[in-house]
Amino acid sequence: MPAFLFWTFALLMLVFGAAVIISRNPVASALNLVVSFLGLAALFISLDAYFIGIIQVLVYAGAIMVLFLFIIMLLDLRAEEGRRINWVASAGGIAVALALLIQIFLVVGHFKSAAQSFPPLTRSTTDDVRNVGALLFSKYNLPFQIIGVLVLVATIGVVFLSKREPR
Amino acid sequence: MATLGDYLIVSGILFAIGFAGVLLRRNLIIILMSLELMLNAANLSLVAFSRFRVQPTGLPDYNAQVFVFFIITVAAAEVAVGLAILVALFRARQTTDVKDISSLKF
Repeated sequence: MPAFLFWTFALLMLVFGAAVIISRNPVASALNLVVSFLGLAALFISLDAYFIGIIQVLVYAGAIMVLFLFIIMLLDLRAEEGRRINWVASAGGIAVALALLIQIFLVVGHFKSAAQSFPPLTRSTTDDVRNVGALLFSKYNLPFQIIGVLVLVATIGVVFLSKREPR
Repeated sequence: MATLGDYLIVSGILFAIGFAGVLLRRNLIIILMSLELMLNAANLSLVAFSRFRVQPTGLPDYNAQVFVFFIITVAAAEVAVGLAILVALFRARQTTDVKDISSLKF
């Protein structure tokens, strides 16, 4: 992937990711998050991870964001207005996030392999669904079944939580 | 060509954005979205490492991609449960602001 495409999608993802936490309207935040996830899916595909890129679009930009938008519409949330911003708390939060960012920059800066570009692949990864699936059903069979139980528990829990109490 | 460090830096910035969102915003829905941003930042660095460690077969290291698959599944379950709790909370209190939910605060 050419470098300018990488930076285009990375900037797209970061700008819309920042817009998620800046915009006051929850619906605008959710739509910004969709664009951010699409940029991230493009980055996954640039790393030859086609399967992960596609399930990123299907699961995140499709299913999870529809869930978010559905709940926002259901609760009829307005943009938060009239509340004063606590500047001291905000400055503290930004300072902590900046400290984390500086830490990440320092760690990546001292990491020797970080300056190398990616070694070329000698085989095509267009069939990586098969490769990931083979690993999932052989080496990671037990974790895969545990995750199935987790999803079942989550489904039952969600149904139970959203059930109305009989009066 | 973009290097491994570029991907790690972008992933770190995305994580910091999500972290700042959790710390700064008081709307529970936005906090859940920021959690998703942080999980996705971790996914991006995992996939970058997967592509960086090319195996002798000439393919990327698929162990990391299986891990990303698990993370996406757990994140989907987490969002479903989190939003269900949010709806139950909104029914009881008519608010999604964390400042209004302080009954358990010491």
